[in-house]
Amino acid sequence: MKNKKVIWSVVYIFLGLFVMTLGYFTYYLMFRSKEVVNSTYNLRHDVLSKRVIRGDIISADGIILAETIIDEDGEEIRSYPYNDMYAHVVGRVLRGRTGIEEVENITLLTSDSRSSDALYNDLIGVKNPGNNVVSTLNHKLTKAAYDALGDNRGAVVVIEPSTGKILAMVSKPAYNPNDIEKNWDKLSEDNEDESPLLNRASQGLYPPGSTFKIITTLAYMRENPDYKDYSYKCKGSTEYEGMTIRCSNNRVHGNISLKEAFAQSCNSSFATMGSSIPVDSFRSLCESFYFNKALPARVINNPSRFEMRLGDYSVKEAMQTGIGQGRTLITPLHNAMIAATIANGGIMMKPYVIDRVESSGGRLLKGYVPEEATQVMTLSEVDYLKSLMASVVTDGTAKKLNKLDVKVGGKTGTAQQEGYKSHAWFIGFAPINDPKIAISVIVENKGSGSEYAVPIAEKVLDAYFD
Amino acid sequence: MHVAIELTKYLMIILIGTYTYHGYRVVVKKNKAYQEKSYRWMTFCLFMLHFAGYFSIYIQVPSDKLLLLYGGQVVLFILVITLYMNIYPNISRVLLLNMLMLLAIGFIILTRLSIDKLVRQVLISGFSCTIGLFVPAIMERFKKLRNFGWIFGVLGIGILVLVLLVGDERYGATSWLTVLGIRFQPLEFVKISFVFCIAALFDEGTDFKRICAVTVMAAATVLAIVFQRDLGGALIFFVTYVFILYVATAKSLYLMSGLAAGSLAAWMAYRMFDHVKVRVMAWKNPFGYIDNEGYQISQSLFAIGTGGWLGVGLLQGLPTSIPVVDSDFVFSAIAEELGGFFAICIILIYINCFMIIINISLKHWDNFYCLLSFGFAVMFSFQVFLSIGGVIKFIPSTGVTLPFISSGGSSIITSIIMFMIIQGIFHTGKSEKVNKQHIHKVGEPNEE
Ligand SMILES: [Zn+2]
Repeated sequence: MKNKKVIWSVVYIFLGLFVMTLGYFTYYLMFRSKEVVNSTYNLRHDVLSKRVIRGDIISADGIILAETIIDEDGEEIRSYPYNDMYAHVVGRVLRGRTGIEEVENITLLTSDSRSSDALYNDLIGVKNPGNNVVSTLNHKLTKAAYDALGDNRGAVVVIEPSTGKILAMVSKPAYNPNDIEKNWDKLSEDNEDESPLLNRASQGLYPPGSTFKIITTLAYMRENPDYKDYSYKCKGSTEYEGMTIRCSNNRVHGNISLKEAFAQSCNSSFATMGSSIPVDSFRSLCESFYFNKALPARVINNPSRFEMRLGDYSVKEAMQTGIGQGRTLITPLHNAMIAATIANGGIMMKPYVIDRVESSGGRLLKGYVPEEATQVMTLSEVDYLKSLMASVVTDGTAKKLNKLDVKVGGKTGTAQQEGYKSHAWFIGFAPINDPKIAISVIVENKGSGSEYAVPIAEKVLDAYFD
Repeated sequence: MHVAIELTKYLMIILIGTYTYHGYRVVVKKNKAYQEKSYRWMTFCLFMLHFAGYFSIYIQVPSDKLLLLYGGQVVLFILVITLYMNIYPNISRVLLLNMLMLLAIGFIILTRLSIDKLVRQVLISGFSCTIGLFVPAIMERFKKLRNFGWIFGVLGIGILVLVLLVGDERYGATSWLTVLGIRFQPLEFVKISFVFCIAALFDEGTDFKRICAVTVMAAATVLAIVFQRDLGGALIFFVTYVFILYVATAKSLYLMSGLAAGSLAAWMAYRMFDHVKVRVMAWKNPFGYIDNEGYQISQSLFAIGTGGWLGVGLLQGLPTSIPVVDSDFVFSAIAEELGGFFAICIILIYINCFMIIINISLKHWDNFYCLLSFGFAVMFSFQVFLSIGGVIKFIPSTGVTLPFISSGGSSIITSIIMFMIIQGIFHTGKSEKVNKQHIHKVGEPNEE
């Protein structure tokens, strides 16, 4: 028959469609499904928990941060040995999963132990142990940060600059995830306006205060290639149409260079600088640093804000923005990333808290590798900013850190709050020549950065380098 | 009990794997003794798998109703096999077994999803198989039917227009008709008359004037379906027509221009109709619209992903979280509870059916039957592709049922009758051959 060949060509077309369907199905099951089923919208998580004992969450130094234990009645209980210390970053399972417990929920509820025992357990319906999640968190650092914060409200974030590993993330006030059921009503009502459930480290939005002068400096450097010849005569304050911006403690800095202005955190010169930078280039610089968008991290976070844009700002606001006031807001995690980016030669790494997944027998199932987010600065810009940040410790507002054995670079900040005491900031990294850690500290409504944030950073750095 | 559930899960995967293997072996190996052995294996796997499925459900939710339904289905399968094989010894046994296997899988999963719908499904299947028994005989008896191509075509359009005028709306599509209290989807039946009409008309000739006239009629049919807002259905009719036209004329220009026109129409539909845009949106980013448009496809992906390769076991998953899981999304329910391997075997069984039907088309001496079986092969497999491709997010979901497995009376009747027409063609092809051989043998001595 003449159309046999034609029929065969149609057969190939349809076989092609079927092969592609089979291929896509296989691809989905092999490579995509794990990520998809982890969604909190998937109602099947509870089905899995009937077959698997939830795995452990372990710190980088091998300490169990969350585990499932069986009580006398044979009931499974999720236990957090360090109570409220890891409440936000490790998270909880009851009353809405959060933290690592949420992000790696399916991982913890999947058992990949391949022993014959596991197969037998599966058959007779005995639960198998789930996979363990090993985090990047360092217990020693976390404890130091937790203790140093004391009873203050605030947060500490520590990042390894070269990888983006989050070594510590503490937020206070916290809550005890072991007693979440008992205390839920009180916690969720939050009568004292303390927001203990909020992870301030990644969700709390604060005016960056003088820590933002790093960005202002960079923007100024890009607009003025002769920035090294900068000089300014500080009279203790600067005025514009009835608004006065004063230098802290009413100091008059006199004739100063850019380095001195940075080290002394001279508000007058930075406010003037801020008003001189074209607003669109200021904005695009900030957005290259991940302002106004979600951070590239598998940690729940609120986007930091840089509100000024062409047609929607005033000179007054530009001056305030130059010193980190105004409408600009940032999360402590984001500020730590900025310090880490300078420490890492201008390359911003994606921050992450999960290092690897292991089967209950310790077999490596999945390792997370460091990923570059973006390169935001040139090496020469980084070198100059580093020298500025070094002078803050040697001659400036963070002198307390000078007595440490390790050379530190950083920037303090005092974010003023109308009607309340200021938020105290410090961001920095150490050692200055070969940075191992970057840190961001905020203490709410306490006072100046040098007085309240720097000592906390000192304790954490001490714990790391001693 | 848990042991039993787990073991039957593995057993079912082994059984369907063995079944699929033999289904392909029969096609490849021409040796009668081998084939016979494979048929026995396939029959064994069919009944064992059916038993294992019901066993697994029964030990979890025992009830007498379940036993009764199981017994009824077994009787149905035995009756179909013995009656069909005795009355029409020349029909394709693989195709018959594939049909029963797919029905059995549908029964098992429907037992788990909705027992009320199952009862209906079993009754309609029994009814359809009874009617199907007469189909090959009718085809032999009324060979003149092929002379009424135009009438079939116009009748099809008439029915579709009637649905547009007095049909009921369900799931956003106006494609239901209620007659004497029975609600059905006339579109399903038009599928058969449409292919029949096109094959008959092109069998008579393929001059340009005729092609134009037939194309206008086919376009009217497709448009009537578009107006019912059933885009999957329209797509199936369109693709079937373009491919029959291509095979009947052997001119690739027709295929190319047909597909080009189809792409243009799809693009226009995307721009003009919101419900098309929504489907494409939900396909591109189901999790972005998970609360509304993307809900169904997201739940489907959760089901398949959670089931993994081995499945979670019957009654152990949450397939009912997917809206209309028993009809359009039944494949996801199967993948969730019976596993990815099982689901792949189902796709392979459908491909097996496609190959066998195409094979009939390739070998048949009668051009009309050749076109008819080819048309059914394309229509059947394209529907399978749309249905499975849609629920696994390979293509946008078009809301198409999975033949033999999805619940739905009209769909089941049509699928069974379509397969029985194909069996009828197979039967005539073989019996004619036997007759010719017979004549030849009788004539032999005379020549010597
Ligand atoms: Zn000053």
